[in-house]
Amino acid sequence: MDVLCPFEHIVPLCGTFSDVLPILAILIGFQVLVLRRPVPNLRRVLLGFVLVLIGLALFIQGLETALFPLGKLMASQLTAPDFLGTPTDTGGAAAGHHWLAYLWVYLFAFAIGFATTIAEPSLIAVAIKANQVSAGAIGTWGLRIAVALGVAIGIALGAFRIVSGTPLHYYIISGYVVVLIQTLFAPRSIVALAYDSGGVTTSTVTVPLVAALGLGLSSTIPGRNPVLDGFGLIAFASLFPIMSVMGYAQLSEWYARVSRRRAPDHEDH
Amino acid sequence: MRLIAPLASTLLDSLRDLLPIVAVILFFQLFVLGQPIPNLLDLAVGGVMVVAGLTLFVQGLKLGLFPIGETMAWDFARKGSLLWLLGFAFALGFGTTVAEPALIAVAAEAADVAADAGMISADELAKADYADGLRLTVALAVGLAIVVGVLRILRGWPIAWLIVGGYVGVVIMTIFAPREIIGIAYDSGGVTTSTITVPLVTALGVGLASSIEGRNPMTDGFGLIAFASLTPMIFVMGYGMLI
Repeated sequence: MDVLCPFEHIVPLCGTFSDVLPILAILIGFQVLVLRRPVPNLRRVLLGFVLVLIGLALFIQGLETALFPLGKLMASQLTAPDFLGTPTDTGGAAAGHHWLAYLWVYLFAFAIGFATTIAEPSLIAVAIKANQVSAGAIGTWGLRIAVALGVAIGIALGAFRIVSGTPLHYYIISGYVVVLIQTLFAPRSIVALAYDSGGVTTSTVTVPLVAALGLGLSSTIPGRNPVLDGFGLIAFASLFPIMSVMGYAQLSEWYARVSRRRAPDHEDH
Repeated sequence: MRLIAPLASTLLDSLRDLLPIVAVILFFQLFVLGQPIPNLLDLAVGGVMVVAGLTLFVQGLKLGLFPIGETMAWDFARKGSLLWLLGFAFALGFGTTVAEPALIAVAAEAADVAADAGMISADELAKADYADGLRLTVALAVGLAIVVGVLRILRGWPIAWLIVGGYVGVVIMTIFAPREIIGIAYDSGGVTTSTITVPLVTALGVGLASSIEGRNPMTDGFGLIAFASLTPMIFVMGYGMLI
């Protein structure tokens, strides 16, 4: 392995390659054995695969060198008893100390949820595709910001759940009820995309940082068990974007309807 | 040469995509925690790698992953063999999930939880068995999810009914599943879909929906990933009940 992968410690190309190998095997297997059709622009496609591979390896290695250590350190510092116990710069009332101390945690959860989702490569991929398919009606930025807001709210609420210690399934099941009600009223064309955006939000960038936050919180707060309560943040991050994307579509539809209705009114008078 | 111009604009996009993370980290580190930034050199090198990596990834996506996903969808539609298409769908879901690093990590943690709760014995062998079983369960769930999702695109079933059915399944399983497994089960839905699977599966769905008459790529093409994040929750809770 060392001979074949001499630069593994700098850029984990071989590691990424072995992660991608099953996918490649399936694609090539079905293409050659079942479909038996030449791939158009084969050289371009192969170049694309090489770029994806190198890009992903660089991306993950860069995250691990720069962002993850600092992000994880910050998550553990923000949830450390030292920081939570002495909210010096807030100067709130004694009763407010508890709340304000955790307020930074919720804010961090919100901000890091939003920021990591904007950088999430799978969401970029889905947004590009949705923009293409809808012929530009769904802007890549509109979708990504809607999803990122959903993740941000989800992670902040998930942090609050760990602090308050309420059972996870209460939140998730009531979330489902909201999603179902929204599904009845949302424009039909957005529903499938909204459901999808729940699943794509949590991958390379978001999971490690969010997991560190959950683990930090649940090991600091008395009465929480890290192995039990540390889980569940990802579930929040996959549920809330469904609501925010449908909400975004409902809002823009409502806005379009209102401005359409207003225009003829003016002509009548 | 043709690659240079799009690469430059993708590079700018990548820089903009990563700006929020940098801003959040700087703000919390400097103003909230009141600490200097450690290892500035590591940070700079890593930052350059992240930007370059994201740029190459997005470029490769457009050149490789999207076209191959759509071409294969069209070819399967033209071939007209439902069995092969479903076989491909299952292989894609199962094969990409079983080796997913995030899932391997979650399965190992889940085995620790199960051992702590006394569901399995606490030795390494039992834990490894449990983690492997969990991994296969999730991969099976994702494989079946893609199969059902592809069938839905072919038949034009409304996605809302299938999702509602899935939610009801999750709620029912939550009532009966052991408490320890619930958090892991809910999380396992989110970690299954990797950065390479998502573009491929999305392109497959959109390609299928555009190649079949009467299907709208917007309403019918999306949704495969939604199933792939829903079924693992049900299956993992089932696994927790059986073991």
